[in-house]
Amino acid sequence: MDMLQDFYEAALDTERYISNLKGRGKRIIGYLCSYTPEEIIFAAGLHPLRLFGTKGAVTLADAHMQSYTCSLARGILEDALAGRLDFLDGAVFPHTCDTIQRLSDIWRLNTRFPFFADVVLPVKLDTESARQYMEDVLRRFKNDLEGNLKLKISDAALERAVETYNRIRNCLGILYKLRSAHPEILAGDDIYAIVKGSMIMDREYVAERLPALIETLHETEPVEDSGKKRIILSGSICDQPALYTIFEKAGGVIVWDDLCTGSRYFDGSISTEGDPIAAIANRYLERSICPAKHLSNTIRGERLIDLVRDHRADGVVFLLMKFCDPHDFDYPYLKSFLDKEGVPSMLLEIEDQLPSEGQLLTRFETFIHMV
Amino acid sequence: MTETDTDKKSRKMQSVGRMKEIMTGYYIDAKTAGQTGRKVAWITSGGPVEPLIAMDIIPVYPENYGAMIGASKMGADLCARAEAMGYSSDLCSYARADIASSLIDGGPIGGLPRPDMLVCCNNICGTVLKWYEVQARYYDAPLFILDTPFCHTEYTDEAKKYVRRQIMEYIAFLEEATKKKFDYDRMKEVGRISIEGQRLWQAVLDTAINRPSPMTCFDAFFHLALIVTLRGTPVTVDYYRSLLAEMEQRVADGISAIPNEKYRLLWDNLPIWYRMRWLSEKFAAHDACLVADTYTTAWCMSLRYMDENNFLDSMAEGYTKSYLNIGVDEMIKIVLEMVDKYDVDGFVMHSNRSCKPYSLGQYDIQRAVQRERGIPSVTIESHMVDERSFSESQTETRIDAFMEMIGQKKG
Ligand code: SF4
Ligand code: SF4
Repeated sequence: MDMLQDFYEAALDTERYISNLKGRGKRIIGYLCSYTPEEIIFAAGLHPLRLFGTKGAVTLADAHMQSYTCSLARGILEDALAGRLDFLDGAVFPHTCDTIQRLSDIWRLNTRFPFFADVVLPVKLDTESARQYMEDVLRRFKNDLEGNLKLKISDAALERAVETYNRIRNCLGILYKLRSAHPEILAGDDIYAIVKGSMIMDREYVAERLPALIETLHETEPVEDSGKKRIILSGSICDQPALYTIFEKAGGVIVWDDLCTGSRYFDGSISTEGDPIAAIANRYLERSICPAKHLSNTIRGERLIDLVRDHRADGVVFLLMKFCDPHDFDYPYLKSFLDKEGVPSMLLEIEDQLPSEGQLLTRFETFIHMV
Repeated sequence: MTETDTDKKSRKMQSVGRMKEIMTGYYIDAKTAGQTGRKVAWITSGGPVEPLIAMDIIPVYPENYGAMIGASKMGADLCARAEAMGYSSDLCSYARADIASSLIDGGPIGGLPRPDMLVCCNNICGTVLKWYEVQARYYDAPLFILDTPFCHTEYTDEAKKYVRRQIMEYIAFLEEATKKKFDYDRMKEVGRISIEGQRLWQAVLDTAINRPSPMTCFDAFFHLALIVTLRGTPVTVDYYRSLLAEMEQRVADGISAIPNEKYRLLWDNLPIWYRMRWLSEKFAAHDACLVADTYTTAWCMSLRYMDENNFLDSMAEGYTKSYLNIGVDEMIKIVLEMVDKYDVDGFVMHSNRSCKPYSLGQYDIQRAVQRERGIPSVTIESHMVDERSFSESQTETRIDAFMEMIGQKKG
C-alpha cells in the first residue's frame, strides 16, 4: 500500500531513517523490550528507538555471549560492537529476562555511548508494593535522564508524551481490529511494517499518520472474506516479514497476535488524570503481560483463550525464539489451555536464520489443513 | 605416584557419614510431614528460609533435589520426560528434572513431598519464577514471590523499601498459610543461628587457603547441602563446627585433599553433578586441586550485610545482593579476590547451558582474570544434571591442554 511506503522504508532500512533523524539534531536512545518507559524518553525530547539486532552473521558478540543465547540479544550486541549503532546517544535496559540482564552488564562494560540506564522494574505486578516500586523506578529513570543529559522533563511534556503514545497505541489497536474484521484489508507484512515502523519513526509523525491510514482503510471497500483460516500468533518478537507472506501463501490469515512487537506493545492506555509518572506505571500493571513478569499463574493462558474467542481464531501459531527461557517455560501450559478448548496449535522455533521458504510453506500448509 | 590404601583411608572425610545421616533424617521428616501435621514449603536455593524455620515449616529445595537427581544420574531420563511434556531441552535442567519428577513421582527418594506452599525468590534467576508458576499450577498451592531487584551497580533506596515491604508480606503469607502468629522472638534466634552457620561454613571453606589444601571444591559441593537446606537450625551449626574441626586437624596432620597438590585451581559455576568423581580424579591425576569455587561461597557471601541484631532488615539487603543478582563487574571483583585469597594458578569455568545468569558474562570475567592476574583458564560446557549434554572426550582434551599450559607456566 502506497500510504505505507515510509513505514516500510523505516522498518527495512532503519539505519538510514535514523541517520536522517539524527541529521536533524535528534538525540537517539536505543531500548530493548516493550516495558521501556518510552513516554519519558519522548518527553525529554529524545528519540526512542527499539533495537532489533542484526540478522546477519554474529562474530564479535561470540566473545561475550555463549552460543546458547537468544539471537535477539546476540544480534543487538553484534550491532553495537560492529559500530552499526554508532548513531546512538544511549541505551536503556529494562529488567526482562536473565539474558537481557546480563546483556546490560556486557553492554555497559564494552560499549561507550554517552548515556546508559538500567530500569530495574518489578517482576511481579500484582501487589501494591510492586506498583509503588514501579513508580519509584520510573521516577529514578526520569532523574537519570535529567541529570546525565542535562535536561528538564516538565509535567506538561510528560502529559503531551502520554497523549501521543495513547494516540499511537489506540490507533494500532484499531488497525488490528480492522484487520480482524476484514483480514484481507492489510497484508501481514503491512502490519509488520506499521508496528515496527511505529517503534522506529518519529512518534509525532506516527501519531499523525496512523489516524489518516485508518480513515483511508475505512473508506476502502472491504474485500470479501476469502474463507482463509484465521490464526493468532503468540510469542516474543517477530522480526521476519517473510513469515507473514509465507503464511498467507499457505492459506492462512493472521488476525491477531500476542507478541511483544505486536499487541503487547499497544495494549492498555495511560490515564490522563493525576500524576503522569504514576499513570505510566499503572498501565504496566494492566496491559497484557510478558512471560518474564508475573500477574497470576494462569493469566496468559486465560487471555490467550479470550483472544481466540474474540477473534474467532481457528488456531494458534507459537513463534518462539530459540533459547528464550520465559517463553519456553510457558509454552506447554499455554498449549494445554488451547488443547482443553480444542484449539489446534503449532510451534515454530526461530533461530538466527529462518528455515527455507519451501520447508516453512509445507509446515504451514500442513497445519492449515489440520485446523 | 601410586596411593596406598592407608593413604586413601586417611584422606577420607569422617564427616561424610554424619552428613548423610542428617540429610536422610531431614528427608524422612519432609516426606512424613503429612502424617505429623507439619507444613511443607518448597523454596528456591537463594530464598530466605529463616522465617520458615521460625514458623516450624519444613523447607524443601527442588534445587537440592535436582543435585541429587544429577548425582544419581537420573537427570537425562527425567529431562527427556520434561521434553516430552513440551519443555525445551534448552531450559534449566534442574527445572526440567524437577517438573518431570513431580508428574511421575519419580526420581531419588520417590519424588519430593507435596508442597503446602511455594516460596520463590528471584535473586538467582528468572527461571525460578517460571518453574514455580509451573509447580503452583500443578499442585494448586499458594505461591509467594519475593522480588529482589537486580543490583547491576547498586542496591537502590527504592529497591530497599520494596524488598523490606515484601518481607512483611512474606510473613503475612506464612501466617495465612499456617493460621499461626509469627513469633518475632523465635525469628531473632533463628537469625542468629543462621548467621553462625554461615560463618562456620565460610571458615570451613577458608581452610582451603592452606597448602596443601585439606579439601577440594568437590568436597564443598557435597557438604553444601546443609547450609542450603537447614540454614538457621542448630544441627547445621553443630555439623559445620565438627567439619571445621576435622579440616583443622587435617591441616595440622598435613593430610591433603589430593595425593600430591602441585597446582591450585578455582572453579566457577554449579557443579556438573553427574561427573563429579570423574572430574575430581581427572584433575587430581594432573596434581591439581580445585581449592575453591564461586558457587559454594555464595552461601556465605552475604555475611557482610547480615546483622544478627537486626536480622530482618539486614536479610533484605543480604538476599538482594546475592552473587547471581549483581553485575558482572561486581562478580569480577569477587573472583579476583578469590584468586588472591586462595592463591590459585588457574581458573576453570563451567559454561552451564542450564544457567544463563551464571554463565552469560563469564567470558568477560575470564578476560578480566587473564588481564589482571595473568592466569590461564579453561571452559567446560554442559547442562549440570543432563548428562546427554556432556562430551567427555572434548572435556578431557581441554583439561589436558589447560593443565599443560599451567605446567609450563609454573614449571
Ligand atoms: S527473546 Fe526471550 S530470551 Fe531473548 S531477550 Fe526476549 S525474553 Fe529474553
Ligand atoms: S541453575 Fe541457574 S537457572 Fe537453574 S534454578 Fe539455579 S540459578 Fe536458576
